Amino acid sequence: MHPAVQAVLTIVIGLGACIGYFWASNQLLDRVIFPARGANIARNIRRASMIRPWLFLFPAMFALGLYLAWPVLATLWLSLTDRDQGGAFVGLANYAQMSQDPKFWEAIRNNLLWLVVVPAASTAFGLLAAQLTDRIGWGNIAKSLIFMPMAISFVGASVIWKLVYDFRPVGQEQIGILNAIWTGLGGEPQTWLTMAPWNSFFLMAVLIWIQTGFAMVILSAALRGIPEETVEAAIVDGASPLQIFFRIKVPQIRSTIVVVWTTITLVVLKIFDIVLAMTNGQWETQVLANYMYDKMFRAFDWGVGSAAAMVIMLLVLPILVWNVVNVRRETR
Amino acid sequence: MDNIAGRKPALTWVVHLSVVVLVALWLLPTLGLLVSSFRTADQISNSGWWSAFSAQERQAPAIRLEGEEQQQGATYVIEGTLFPATDTTLTAWGTSSRAPQAYEPGQSVDLDDGWQLVVDDRGLFRLSAPQSFEGERLPRVFTTATTPPEFTLQNYGNVLSGSTSGAGVGQAFLNTLTVSIPATVIPILVAAFAAYALAWMEFPGRALLVAAVVGLLVVPLQLALIPLLQLHNDIGIGKGYLGVWLAHTGFGLPLAIYLLRNYMVGLPKDIIENARVDGATDFQVFVKIVLPLSFPALASFAIFQFLWTWNDLLVALVFLGTDDDRLVLTARLVNLMGSRGGQWEILATSAFVSIAVPLMVFFAMQKYLVRGLLAGSVK
Repeated sequence: MHPAVQAVLTIVIGLGACIGYFWASNQLLDRVIFPARGANIARNIRRASMIRPWLFLFPAMFALGLYLAWPVLATLWLSLTDRDQGGAFVGLANYAQMSQDPKFWEAIRNNLLWLVVVPAASTAFGLLAAQLTDRIGWGNIAKSLIFMPMAISFVGASVIWKLVYDFRPVGQEQIGILNAIWTGLGGEPQTWLTMAPWNSFFLMAVLIWIQTGFAMVILSAALRGIPEETVEAAIVDGASPLQIFFRIKVPQIRSTIVVVWTTITLVVLKIFDIVLAMTNGQWETQVLANYMYDKMFRAFDWGVGSAAAMVIMLLVLPILVWNVVNVRRETR
Repeated sequence: MDNIAGRKPALTWVVHLSVVVLVALWLLPTLGLLVSSFRTADQISNSGWWSAFSAQERQAPAIRLEGEEQQQGATYVIEGTLFPATDTTLTAWGTSSRAPQAYEPGQSVDLDDGWQLVVDDRGLFRLSAPQSFEGERLPRVFTTATTPPEFTLQNYGNVLSGSTSGAGVGQAFLNTLTVSIPATVIPILVAAFAAYALAWMEFPGRALLVAAVVGLLVVPLQLALIPLLQLHNDIGIGKGYLGVWLAHTGFGLPLAIYLLRNYMVGLPKDIIENARVDGATDFQVFVKIVLPLSFPALASFAIFQFLWTWNDLLVALVFLGTDDDRLVLTARLVNLMGSRGGQWEILATSAFVSIAVPLMVFFAMQKYLVRGLLAGSVK
């Protein structure tokens, strides 16, 4: 069967099954199991409305459990077993083996560097762009253009930036804009992507380029939400624009800055496509997610691969807990 | 607030200028690739994309003369043109790599054996000799020429029709479409029902479930790969479209539920309670009132999920496999970067084919995207 036909069929069957399930299960509950008539009408209605939420929730909860919650535990288990020994329990052997691997420590080092640089730079650029575009007439167009990379895939962005970093030997005309500018300033052409440790920063530039738009949109909304009286009062008191920005505005949107920062941090922890497409972890640019992919799907070492995945999970955990605590506080 | 800058014209200019610089920085990389995708391989490798808009003078690689010889009286003549197609102006030429600009257009030059060569500024050449050229090696000509700006759609034709062997971008485009449409549509309905229950139905454990969804929102999908691949193999799905659709559905659900629930909680309470008083069941309230009112949130999530599934690489690599006829655009691009890293005309064009759809969605539905971002970032 042609995949396109299969896709259309899947949509029809998938949607049909969803609608069918919800309709039929509600009918079954109301008409057959606890009918809203006869002697026990009140009790039946009460019982039906106790069960109904779970009818609504079941498909989603089932999918979430099977596709997200259970795999976390399964991966934890895999990281403690050895595939070559038929899945025997080996304790922390995989973690020990991983800690002997210099590539793993390189990945950790790079990931930490990414964690510091990318959220900071994206948030800073985003804040700058938000503040500047909010006060000019064509700000919305400018915003749109800065926001645009959000729609581009990490791989597409890698192609775009690989052209920027392109290298031609001395004597040939440079077709990468970075080397063109560099040689124009009198430098020797450089192979930017192989010069450790700076090449990691050239990869980070790609993600900063993508994430700045996100930061800008969120922060711009927050800046607009600042009560005007506070700014006006500062003007009356003779504050300079810079003082207004750093002393009045930034403190008032601090919680939004934290949100933006953590959201980008999550993206950074999972960063994989950019490194795979641009250097594949060579020249000391390895990161955790690509290291994990290497181990799982190139070396087929599921134990160490799962151990690397657990390290990523461990790094995500503080943010997860913090988010959950915040939501619990809000819904209470 | 605007009048802070308004009072100081100098500052206003600084703001305008900074934004121009910022926008240029953010736009130039993409623009470079877009321009490159409309240039020929030759142009791309000889000059930067920024010079594509001006006429360029450059040295072309050596061209070996060829043509039918004709006898004109006592002399044998070969005539032809060095630049068959393009509108090129020759500025200098030569016959040796050591002096590629030795002669002017129209200058008649004596070579060995009594041969004479003339090349004019249009690239027309005339090679003459007293004896036949039969069996002789004809000379090479080095040219320096000015070519006008030239753009072509040929790259797109090549890449999409598949005549560029092994590129297979047209197929990859269809594969990506096949992955992303069902993977966008299916989670919406499943999530909408769950979100309604979490927003408007009373039951024990509701707050706990909301917290669980928020927690799952940030679980890295890297952890799910191996266990789910094993599961798919065990239940007979293996690697294929069904597996990708299911995986994307599962991974997309937390955000879908979170976004939709946040939106539904904000719907006016009166409408829903009035409907209930009038005897509507929860199912009817959901289908007839909540679902239509939630359209903006549904649209927001649909855009997110579509962009995410279209741009995804990891899930497709793992659950669809790396068979050549099943590669999605992103995977195809990664392959091309390895195998044709130097062929920018193919790479740039393929990249733009893959970027075009999300960009169109982005510019058409930006409003909903922004709304979704504002609602979706966990506060």
